[in-house]
Amino acid sequence: MEKILEIQGLSKDFFLHEQKREIKSCRDISFALDKGGFIGIVGTSGAGKSTVLRCIYRTYLATTGSVIYDSLSYGKLDLVTASERQIIHLRKAEMGYVSQFLSILPRTTARQHVINGALDAGFSYEEASQKAEEMLRYFKLHENLWDIYPNTFSGGEKLRLNLAHAMVKAPRLLLLDEPTASLDNHTKRLVKELLAKLKSEGTSMIGIFHDLEFMEGLCDKVYNISQGTFC
Amino acid sequence: METPVLRIDHLTVRYGKTCDYCRNGGELHKNTCPRCKTVWACNDMNVKLYEGEILGIVGESGSGKSTLMKSLFFDFDVTEGSGFLRDFGGGEADIFAQSLQQKKYIKNHLMGMVYQNPMLGLRMDYSSAGNIAEKLIAAGQRSFSGMNERVEELLDAVEILQSRKKEPPKNFSGGMQQRVQISKALANNPAILLLDEVTTGLDLSVQAKVLELIREIRQRFHISIMLVSHDLAVIRMLADRTIVMLDGKIIEQGLTDQILDDPQQPYTQQLVHSLL
Repeated sequence: MEKILEIQGLSKDFFLHEQKREIKSCRDISFALDKGGFIGIVGTSGAGKSTVLRCIYRTYLATTGSVIYDSLSYGKLDLVTASERQIIHLRKAEMGYVSQFLSILPRTTARQHVINGALDAGFSYEEASQKAEEMLRYFKLHENLWDIYPNTFSGGEKLRLNLAHAMVKAPRLLLLDEPTASLDNHTKRLVKELLAKLKSEGTSMIGIFHDLEFMEGLCDKVYNISQGTFC
Repeated sequence: METPVLRIDHLTVRYGKTCDYCRNGGELHKNTCPRCKTVWACNDMNVKLYEGEILGIVGESGSGKSTLMKSLFFDFDVTEGSGFLRDFGGGEADIFAQSLQQKKYIKNHLMGMVYQNPMLGLRMDYSSAGNIAEKLIAAGQRSFSGMNERVEELLDAVEILQSRKKEPPKNFSGGMQQRVQISKALANNPAILLLDEVTTGLDLSVQAKVLELIREIRQRFHISIMLVSHDLAVIRMLADRTIVMLDGKIIEQGLTDQILDDPQQPYTQQLVHSLL
């Protein structure tokens, strides 16, 4: 099976200058993600799950190791050492990151937020508007909510808006950082259905979940991370 | 390899005569030479700005952020270093070494500047339309109807009512003055927009309008923006990449989320940890 992502010996340490302390997060993580595959990561809080995801997305600079991504734009490249401009392009065109938190410009409606995602990816305004509507519908966000500011949305609505924003670019690689935390069972089921649909359409995904039941039938592999290493 | 729209090499702005000690890399007290008291406001800065990106610049007061912006707009003389614009002189002509006339051409055609203090960017007694028209005239526009049309278009873009275009900016609120400044800076479709603390001192709802406007400008005109701000939330929302300055030097630069979530330098960590 062709790999979209190969992670080798990934470690991340944080050095806090004021406290003169080094915090070791994930240690020597290695795994590979098949094209169209879904890997689940579980582990206790503080075990280093999000650190792995953030090192892949380059929000964190990995201390050692490599993250080889098979991109459409540049071929195989190491996300740890790729230039900032390359990362910005990949984030706009190929990679998506979804968390339970919504980060949105003030005075931006749900619809506009998704349109902005599509505009970033290079679509014209008309195409972006059309794609945004498709996505909002796909993620079952009620039409009444499209033209209001999302600050008042429930957790599940915010998450589905985040998913719509990330998926409007049709990323090849989707990173899910505890997207189901704080969701009720009904919304979780809905999100699970939507993720299964994305998977069947070929999106490669890595997700952090607390809920083993949620991952059943969805993830091809599940890794358990404890004290920064896979166990 | 992508060509930046603006490249600055080894930019240094100094006030003072310098001495052997500071010229040879002797340690400065903040940005001041302890022996000859020369102030190194910008010290050997290298910056690249790419097409369509927003580059955030953060740092404490006195770190040289505004000096950098004002030097780029030729308000301050550069002591050393060079700057190159992709759209000027085939990308090979040092903009700081140009004649006054060429510098005026660059200011009027290729760059726009919005100052923290609207008094610096606007003539407070002229009408708002007149302020914008002044920039159009400087770029060679002579047709009254053409100018009028452009002024209306620009005021619409920044959501200022046409009925108020004849009023001088001194009658306007701070947020409106900033929006007139932005429309003036955009008058001649510059490739680069320099924004120096444009949201500082504005109330939240007006700040939101200005932020929305900046995002729209980038999307509509595919313009490259250098954005100085104290407000890290503004930087996180808008900037693709961020530069951190301290005592006239760039101490750290990277992707905005990386700078804010995984800062490497002691000062940047202190700055991020000071966030409310």
